[in-house]
Amino acid sequence: MNIVTLSRIQFASTTLFHFIFVPLSIGLAFLVAIMETLYVIKKDEQYKKMAKFWGHLFLINFAVGVVTGILQEFQFGMNWSKYSRFVGDVFGTPLAIEALLAFFMESTFLGFWVFGWDRLPKWVHCLCIWLVSIGTICSAFFILVANSFMQHPVGMKLENGRLVMKSFSKLLENGQLWVEFPHTVFGSFATGAFFITGVSAIMLLKKKNVEFAKKSFKVAIIVGMFSGVWIAASGHEQALYLVKTQPMKMAASEALWENSGSPGAWTVVANINPEKKQNTMEVKIPYLLSFLSYGKLSGDVEGMNHLQKQYTKKYGQGNYIPPVRTAFWSFRIMAGLGGLLSILGIWGYYLNHRKKLLESKLFLRIMIAAISFPFIGSSAGWIMTEIGRQPWVVFGYMKTKDAVSPGVTANELLFSIIAFSCFYTILAIVMVYLFIREIKKGPEHGHNHESNTNISLDPYSKEEYNVVSQ
Amino acid sequence: MSLNDLWFTLVSTLFVGFIFLEGFDFGIGMISRFLGKNDLERRAFINTIGPFWDANEVWLITGIGGMFAAFPDWYATLLSGFYIPFVLILLSLIGRGVAFEFRGKVESKVWRNIWDWVIFFGSCFPPMLFGIIFSAIIKGLPIDRNMVMHASLSDIFNVYTVMGGITLTMLCLWHGLNFATIRTMHEIRDRSRNVAKKLLPINALLIIVFSIMTLNTTDLFYVHNHIIVYVFFIGVIVYLLALIFQVKEKDGWAFTMSGLILILSTASIFIGLFPRLLISSTDSNFNFNLTIFNAASSHYSLRIMSFVGIGLLPFVLGYQIWSYYVFRKRVNHKKNMEY
Repeated sequence: MNIVTLSRIQFASTTLFHFIFVPLSIGLAFLVAIMETLYVIKKDEQYKKMAKFWGHLFLINFAVGVVTGILQEFQFGMNWSKYSRFVGDVFGTPLAIEALLAFFMESTFLGFWVFGWDRLPKWVHCLCIWLVSIGTICSAFFILVANSFMQHPVGMKLENGRLVMKSFSKLLENGQLWVEFPHTVFGSFATGAFFITGVSAIMLLKKKNVEFAKKSFKVAIIVGMFSGVWIAASGHEQALYLVKTQPMKMAASEALWENSGSPGAWTVVANINPEKKQNTMEVKIPYLLSFLSYGKLSGDVEGMNHLQKQYTKKYGQGNYIPPVRTAFWSFRIMAGLGGLLSILGIWGYYLNHRKKLLESKLFLRIMIAAISFPFIGSSAGWIMTEIGRQPWVVFGYMKTKDAVSPGVTANELLFSIIAFSCFYTILAIVMVYLFIREIKKGPEHGHNHESNTNISLDPYSKEEYNVVSQ
Repeated sequence: MSLNDLWFTLVSTLFVGFIFLEGFDFGIGMISRFLGKNDLERRAFINTIGPFWDANEVWLITGIGGMFAAFPDWYATLLSGFYIPFVLILLSLIGRGVAFEFRGKVESKVWRNIWDWVIFFGSCFPPMLFGIIFSAIIKGLPIDRNMVMHASLSDIFNVYTVMGGITLTMLCLWHGLNFATIRTMHEIRDRSRNVAKKLLPINALLIIVFSIMTLNTTDLFYVHNHIIVYVFFIGVIVYLLALIFQVKEKDGWAFTMSGLILILSTASIFIGLFPRLLISSTDSNFNFNLTIFNAASSHYSLRIMSFVGIGLLPFVLGYQIWSYYVFRKRVNHKKNMEY
């Protein structure tokens, strides 16, 4: 295998693994913050128990998210040095801001939160988890500034063989960012919410910690319902934007070889043959493609063959069609699960509102399975976004095959891929083991944190310390 | 001061800050397994850095991020050139980070023992490898005209660089021991202090040997009107002060001095490099060096970053200092500490 393939395998696997934890962290931080706020306002100990229990799971998850995230900051330089040189002027800035603004905030205030239960006033402690939550969202924002730039480069110019930033505000106003960011954040909220509802459903089915589980379910399902609806809405916005800026990705994720004609029909499933550039079997719904692409019942959507000709003229010889099957199916998995989540959110909210939750065994079982939906959905969404952009790494400016590090050898890459995969596999196993353990222990098991003496000590004076310690 | 100078200063400050702060975290990670005689004592050691270590590590991440944004070529050449060392650093940081979190979650001797070892190795390797990388950088590396580094294994791992790695690791160990003396109580504090005392002659020897080797292999002591010679003498004074404070058991001051030694030694590397970022040994006329000019981002980009950076820095520093203030009390392992 060549360097490009190996580098792509490493980037894809480590990033997808990282992105199992990120949405759960963003979602859980937000929900724990809501729970602790309810505790501070209502002074109901149950909410404190909730914040602590879900916070505990959040911490395990956050730890893995953080350590797998460190790699992201390094691997552009390690594996994609040509890319880093080419885009560093533009791409580096959001990454640096992310670290300075978000990472410091998350890590410091999480330290306050974990060790500060007995040491900080209630509302300050609650503020800390809100700052963690805001930190995680800021982090998502700036990494998406960088990613949106790769999808739809704006605010820069090609000078002396590299991209140079011309307007930072244009980078922040990038239309791609403003469809991608809400979609990702609501997806993350849904991940947290459906995790909590799912685990609560397990407790409810087992009739363990019923009051606790009901209360957790209630808070989470409200967030889940709103997020579900917003995922769908922001997903639609994103499609509208995609047709304008990256028609090839749209065509590939619809397996649309020829122009659709107006009105365009939406393909539900298809048997795709990329070699012959056609589909041998298709099931279609009339009008839907035009609606999804333009928000109205008419409009022609460009097909891949047409776009290939256009791109060849513009960018020179080459294959500009991304892996169609992957784009097509990952899009359907993402959209299908997204739709399912919004239905489940509304259904759950209704049941909870009517106080019928405990009787609906079937629904609770579905909710357990639904824990996995947001994870699969987000991964599929990112696969579609990144695969659909191929062969480009920065759309229209640099191809993925030109982006790798020339100095890194295949053996070095093999070593790192094997090492990271082994580490990550162990991490995943330990994570799952710890999650199951913590959930089995339940919220009644006290999660006390260290408590210290109330004696104030000055480390610079030894004598004082000796007196006090006797 | 041009923006290129400013960003060189900021990025080096982040790295120096990282070595100072994470230095004692690494030290604590190295000693907890051995100086903690039982689980409670080990927990106490780890709890001394509990609220801080994650934020301290962010200094490194921000340093790398700032490097990417301000000097993309530095970032690209350094990280791809030292590919294997960075893979090892990342693996160490990954293992260590989750070990802190996972260790206390299961009440089993085997379980805790495994994570204690992970913490130990995860804390030894990074300072060792950073020492190796820093030393290799000041020695010079085969970098071609396209700024691509073709370092062989012996360019990265040789007597000089390994010596640098050992020195930095031992300094972090000493710094960690001093941190333990100001953050713990009773016998584990005394134990840490005793080991710190014993390390003093060993570290002095290491510093002297490594300085002589640096004098012979690099131009560090000759650039900028021999400024590193002055820094070296300040270092000697600081070390003597450390010796006095350590013997007199003024723990806080001893910690300050070990921190200063780490700051001075890391800062000398960046001072010696300036205005170079990476030294190329390929071309004797030094045309292939990466400098703060040929490796930098555009003026506009640097200006944007300066606004953002200078705007945010006071807050970032402020709440980090506040966190050290809130958690200023010593960790008492005789009281209940479950976390």
